[in-house]
Amino acid sequence: MDISDFKSNEEIAWCPGCGNFGILTAVKKTLSQLARHPKDILFVSGIGQASKLPHYVNCNCFNGLHGRTLPVASAAKIANRNLTVLVTTGDGDCYGEGGNHLIHNIRRNTDITVIVHDNQVYGLTKGQSSPTSDPGYVTKIQEEGVILEPLHPLEMAIALGAGFVARGYSLETEHLSWLIGEGIRHKGFSLIDVLQPCVSFNKKNTYEWYSKRVYKVNDNGSYDPENKMAAYEKSHEWGDRIPIGIIYRAEKETYEEKRGLSQGIPLVDEQIEDVDIKGILSEFV
Amino acid sequence: MTNELTIKITGEAGQGIQTIGAALCRLFKNAGFHIFANQDLMSRIRGGNNFFQLRISDKPLFALRQKSDITVALDKASVALHKSSMTDGGILVLDRKKFNVIEEDNAFFDVPFYDMAVRTGGSALFINSVSCGVLAGIVGVESSYVEQAMNATFAGKDEDVIRKNKDAACVGYDFVRSNLKRDAFRIKAGAIKDTNTPIMNGNDAIVLGAIRAGCKFYSAYPMSPSTSIMEVIARYAKKFNIVVEQAEDEIAAINMIIGASFAGVRSMTATAGGGFALMVEGLSLAAMTETPIVVVVAQRPAPATGFPTRTAQADLEFVLHAGHGEFARAVYAPGTIEELFFVTIKAFNVAEKYQIPAIILTDQHLADSYRNIETFDLNKIKIQRYIISKEDSKRIKNYKRYQFTESGISPRAIPSWIEDVIYVDSDEHTEEGHITEDAEMGRKMVEKRFYKKFSGLSQEVEKPTVYNMERADIVLLGFGSTYGVMREVSDTATDKKVGFVHLPQVWPFPAIEMAGLLKNAKRVLSVENNAGGQLARLLRRETGLQVNGSVLKYDGRPFHVDGLMDRIKKEG
Repeated sequence: MDISDFKSNEEIAWCPGCGNFGILTAVKKTLSQLARHPKDILFVSGIGQASKLPHYVNCNCFNGLHGRTLPVASAAKIANRNLTVLVTTGDGDCYGEGGNHLIHNIRRNTDITVIVHDNQVYGLTKGQSSPTSDPGYVTKIQEEGVILEPLHPLEMAIALGAGFVARGYSLETEHLSWLIGEGIRHKGFSLIDVLQPCVSFNKKNTYEWYSKRVYKVNDNGSYDPENKMAAYEKSHEWGDRIPIGIIYRAEKETYEEKRGLSQGIPLVDEQIEDVDIKGILSEFV
Repeated sequence: MTNELTIKITGEAGQGIQTIGAALCRLFKNAGFHIFANQDLMSRIRGGNNFFQLRISDKPLFALRQKSDITVALDKASVALHKSSMTDGGILVLDRKKFNVIEEDNAFFDVPFYDMAVRTGGSALFINSVSCGVLAGIVGVESSYVEQAMNATFAGKDEDVIRKNKDAACVGYDFVRSNLKRDAFRIKAGAIKDTNTPIMNGNDAIVLGAIRAGCKFYSAYPMSPSTSIMEVIARYAKKFNIVVEQAEDEIAAINMIIGASFAGVRSMTATAGGGFALMVEGLSLAAMTETPIVVVVAQRPAPATGFPTRTAQADLEFVLHAGHGEFARAVYAPGTIEELFFVTIKAFNVAEKYQIPAIILTDQHLADSYRNIETFDLNKIKIQRYIISKEDSKRIKNYKRYQFTESGISPRAIPSWIEDVIYVDSDEHTEEGHITEDAEMGRKMVEKRFYKKFSGLSQEVEKPTVYNMERADIVLLGFGSTYGVMREVSDTATDKKVGFVHLPQVWPFPAIEMAGLLKNAKRVLSVENNAGGQLARLLRRETGLQVNGSVLKYDGRPFHVDGLMDRIKKEG
């Protein structure tokens, strides 16, 4: 497949300079290298600027409700394991409204790849704090600054047993594209938190702010993402230095494997017209 | 007195009343009786007071009676609690010595069942089997049925366990035959000729219907009284290759079935009113994305947690209006186990045909009540798929998921089957499924999802059931589980002729038909397990007709045949 196969003609509704553009570029690049037909790829998204992304690529798209991406994505994968399922969601969608689904879908471990556009602010509703906003961050609602402890998605995901936990940065599109590819190749639930500046509402966590801080976690080749305790430590690093890359990875049996869905015909291909219930009906006699 | 008995077994939660109830249902059916049984459970795991009620008769049964002819008290507290709800001449079986009951009462029949249980089985657990034998003895069925019931109930267990239970039951049976002087409870067996027929409850029928309809994905969060649907479908999941997933909450449950259905698999969830409250957002999503789903709402009393283990019909208006925005839906309210089975299948077909949510509205009474039924006529079932077949999919290019059509139904393609991609959106969208702000497009899409689909749906509404209507003095009106009690009242009313109209589907409302049925009725009374008279209100809204009165019950308990009869006389 070529990158042009994934081109969509939809007009892009993001602000000029939005961090989402870098993610879109990275996603398309990854898709072009997957050797999968667009019809076999499904994007599930919720509500927010991140969730518009599926309209800007030529793949199947289920753009559902705010926070409800993961149940839809997991079940679609269960119904048809031949689909490559990706989720594009935001920090509000995935960590706020959909927090409970994140917890339990990490536990469920279906083979889906979740890309969280994390700009630490609510864009579509115009500038309120998000679960990942830095403490002290001032908004029209949090006038004296955010007083809640930020959610630490990578730490949380590792603690919950996710098998692929990563962070990308939208300006590092090559690196991000590689990360997404690794996430897709990983069997099971993959979480990729992507730092993505909101040029309209987040005046603190800007391109400049992120660019000064991010570094590739395995630049010198000494970082071992399979060491869980080290990964846990690394996932907590935030402030002057912010690591990007694969923070934690572990092979785990997927939901589909445990359920026996990875063999035989996919559920969607089963004939259902003539299901014979005579046998079980007789059990009620 | 007709040839029927009401039997009650009562004790603490955890004493095994459910097991004994199931054994008795089987025993009396095999002896040729029609049965109707229901459990009255408290929302607790141990202690309190639970009871299993069983009616047996030579005629088909559809409901319960208030008072019992034979009560077996398995603990001391049950004696005082249930003494007052006996019929004249009824007997209350108790273990005087064990319960330390000194008072005398004409109804008391002393059976030392604790001693018998310990003597035959080695522990008090065997009182259940002793009680089975006692009841069979009182009713006077042949002892072979007792043995048969024990064999079936404990099938698969150790020889020793089976033998001990049989011994316990036989000791109970023999004790009654030698000590009970009265023959008042001997009723004629053999009314059912073919005893090789099923006994099941409403939830069982839903599961069988769903499996036959090709349900391949079931996701739910446990909530009484819907939970046994998940348990029973899970029991058969392997055999039929169905994925049953316990979701993290009801919001996830409905979104999961939407995801699976979008991917092309028939999917269902079930819950009670409280769980459905969480699903409402997803219901609207299914409507907007035009994804077929089947949702069972098994009602229980509310607001909020209400009576978790009891019954109500107070969510009719809720399910009719649930979901933000305007869209077509189908709401079924079957009245019997047979109807539940066939309606569940229909709900899957209709949901897929119109690409809408279909709701099956039941309640605890229908969900948990057991009846002997005729074996379903499986030949009349037709499962039709309303998707672009895999074969045809190969030719589909430039696909528009929401293509405008006369019927409002766009041909539905399955992702990865067609050569094109599919866009689905919860935002207002174009025919291609892309987000739009266009006013004209918005108007047309609302008409597609609401008017056009509704108009087709209205053509295939389940017809109201009409019973004993000719020259009826009183016409009862109901939906869902009240079918049973209306049917028995109608069959047995003597001073006035009572007929009834029952709606197995409440939406789209069969307005023209109902207006025709009721316009010449002398006196119409709605019979509802709610406080608002919700069906009467719906009738007035849709037809302009007003009922003459409503018989309402909102105490968490189902109507009883005698209770409804009394209320009708007063209203009447």
